[in-house]
Amino acid sequence: MKIELKNLCKSFNKKTNAIDRMNLTVEDGEFVALLGPSGCGKSTTMLMIAGIYKPDSGEIRFDGQLVNDWEPKDRNIGMVFQSYALYPHMTVLENIAFPLKQQKVPKKERMERAKQAAEMVRLGHVLDRKPDELSGGQQQRVALARAIVKKPKVLLLDEPMSNLDARLKIEMREELSRLHKELGITTILVTHDQEEAMMLADRIAVMKDGKIIQYGTPMDLYHRPSDFFVAQFIGTPPMNVFRGKLIGNHLHFLNQSAELNNEQWNTAQGELDVYVGIRPHEVKLGKGGDIRAKGIVQMIEPVGHAQIIRVNIGDEQLRLFAEPTAAIEYESEITVSFHLSSLHLFDVRTGKSLRKEIMKESQTEEMVG
Amino acid sequence: MEQWVRPEAAVTASLTRRPVSKWKKRLPFFIAYGVLGITTMPIILMYIWLLLSSFAKQMKYGFIPVSFTLENWKFLWTNVEHGGTTLPSIWTATWNSFLFSITLTMLEVLIGVMAGYALSRIEFPGRQMLMKTTLILHAFPSVALLIAVYYILNFLGLFDTLFGVLLVKTALQIPMTAWIVKGFFDNVPWDVEWAGLIDGCSRLKVWLTIVLPMIKPGIAAVSIFSFLSGWSEFLLLYMFIVSDDNITLASYLQKLISDPNLVDYGLLSAVSLFYMLPVILFFIFTQKSLMEVSAGGGKGV
Ligand SMILES: Nc1ncnc2c1ncn2[C@@H]1O[C@H](COP(=O)(O)OP(=O)(O)OP(=O)(O)O)[C@@H](O)[C@H]1O
Ligand SMILES: [Mg+2]
Repeated sequence: MKIELKNLCKSFNKKTNAIDRMNLTVEDGEFVALLGPSGCGKSTTMLMIAGIYKPDSGEIRFDGQLVNDWEPKDRNIGMVFQSYALYPHMTVLENIAFPLKQQKVPKKERMERAKQAAEMVRLGHVLDRKPDELSGGQQQRVALARAIVKKPKVLLLDEPMSNLDARLKIEMREELSRLHKELGITTILVTHDQEEAMMLADRIAVMKDGKIIQYGTPMDLYHRPSDFFVAQFIGTPPMNVFRGKLIGNHLHFLNQSAELNNEQWNTAQGELDVYVGIRPHEVKLGKGGDIRAKGIVQMIEPVGHAQIIRVNIGDEQLRLFAEPTAAIEYESEITVSFHLSSLHLFDVRTGKSLRKEIMKESQTEEMVG
Repeated sequence: MEQWVRPEAAVTASLTRRPVSKWKKRLPFFIAYGVLGITTMPIILMYIWLLLSSFAKQMKYGFIPVSFTLENWKFLWTNVEHGGTTLPSIWTATWNSFLFSITLTMLEVLIGVMAGYALSRIEFPGRQMLMKTTLILHAFPSVALLIAVYYILNFLGLFDTLFGVLLVKTALQIPMTAWIVKGFFDNVPWDVEWAGLIDGCSRLKVWLTIVLPMIKPGIAAVSIFSFLSGWSEFLLLYMFIVSDDNITLASYLQKLISDPNLVDYGLLSAVSLFYMLPVILFFIFTQKSLMEVSAGGGKGV
């Protein structure tokens, strides 16, 4: 089912909007992740899609149909709540079978399917327990099973894996991914874990203060963040950031200056404070790139396939990946370099990217919305 | 200096200390039970006295039973005569008391549960106001309302009917019941209700299949309290019921002590015990529900 949110607003206290003119389109069968800091309105968005909260204004459309006034039960949705929201007076099996019972599925088939779902989340051995006899992670998996058991048209997952251990998390991710591919359920996943979002989602929406800052494929967000906030939020280790100044088309940072291409970059009239960002993997040892800098090695972190090196350049810090075989010593001086074209520039005041192609994109998006 | 102790001294010290420390450990229990025992003694003695005097022909010095008899319990199979008049059958009174308490319980639970849910969950204008005023209503002593209630019952033609008194009693009880129930509803997280809606229930169905079972202990507690308060109701029944057909146990008991010169203490004790019996049984059977407090599910919001 295709989900469209148009100019959606929701306010809890009449002063500030928890959700502020939000636009989002999730194609049929797409897997979208909502990413954003705590309190930015992710859960509120989900609850509006589910029909629990009524939006103050704006439209919610399922397959083009306006559903603002549809009851939750008519929307054919499965949801995992951030707080699990299990039914404490029912056993695990009854919890999982509950949505099927509401659909009047015959008892035998109901139990069969509930058991299958429980098996899928590795809970076959606790079917007769009550929720308060389960660990947090087990409760979470019950919630997951309950959400998927009726094979809904839309799956809303509000941090469904926050309480699982690393291995189980990977297993559940794979299950989710498999299930999504198999059944083609349109899925929206809220998560704090950007790696999880990158791994599972076709597209990621980064939210901040009730707005979507950027919406695109994981690669898009990674390579072409339209906003400083997105650039910082996505990627591990995070993007290296320096303060810089843009005077005309001359960029000054790290005690040097470079000339920017007018075709590629929006240049400043007069003087503009900018953030200069560079992904760690774009930085190379040696003098290969357009921009070179000398720095002192502060830390070496082997991560198996590479080592992460932290160097101090003046009072700024920079991280880069180096070959695991590269012989680098603490406190030694090394030269690093990178290409001008792999830089990211953001206006300090507005946080917007200064890259022309990205600016164009986000402008058209705004006009469409 | 004093920290240095010879080994033998240390041994003897610990030897002599051990029994003392055991005593000390138990001392709080002794004190607690001692104090509790002494303070409850009069009540326990009173019950024992009641039991003994109901089976005795006479009480010597007022508290030593003399010769066993079932005479006092004769009211169970005959309509006893007291002070020149024949009292109505005890079974009529029992049945009426029972009917009164059970109906009261059902009405109160039904209305209280719905009102409590509304107070807890639904935003409507005047909700705060209503919650404050209901408590004031409960603080009203029923004595102060007697005359007004009399007029109303008379006007409605419900004077001297159990149903009329039932309505009055329910009205007086509802505020408190709704309040207690509201507290239980407040503890049910919104998310659980929402999950039910998403899983395919209507609001009413969520209420019936998810929310109500979650506040079962609350409903049990409220039922027990309202049954007991119905069973022990005296004032309203005494004031608004006159005919013997509608008599309840409390009024029956009252008839026995209406004339202070003619009190038959043996009979009074027996009837009192009979009156108490259901309450005691009720307590024994419902104690668990009263003590049970739902642990709730999920980690809350
Ligand atoms: N029922 C409510 N009443 C009042 N304010 C609310 C309510 N629910 C959410 N808010 C406010 O709306 C904003 C968005 O909340 P929301 O729960 O959607 O955040 P979130 O993105 O899910 O955060 P988290 O990652 O911590 O779960 C917050 O500022 C929150 O305080
Ligand atoms: Mg949330």
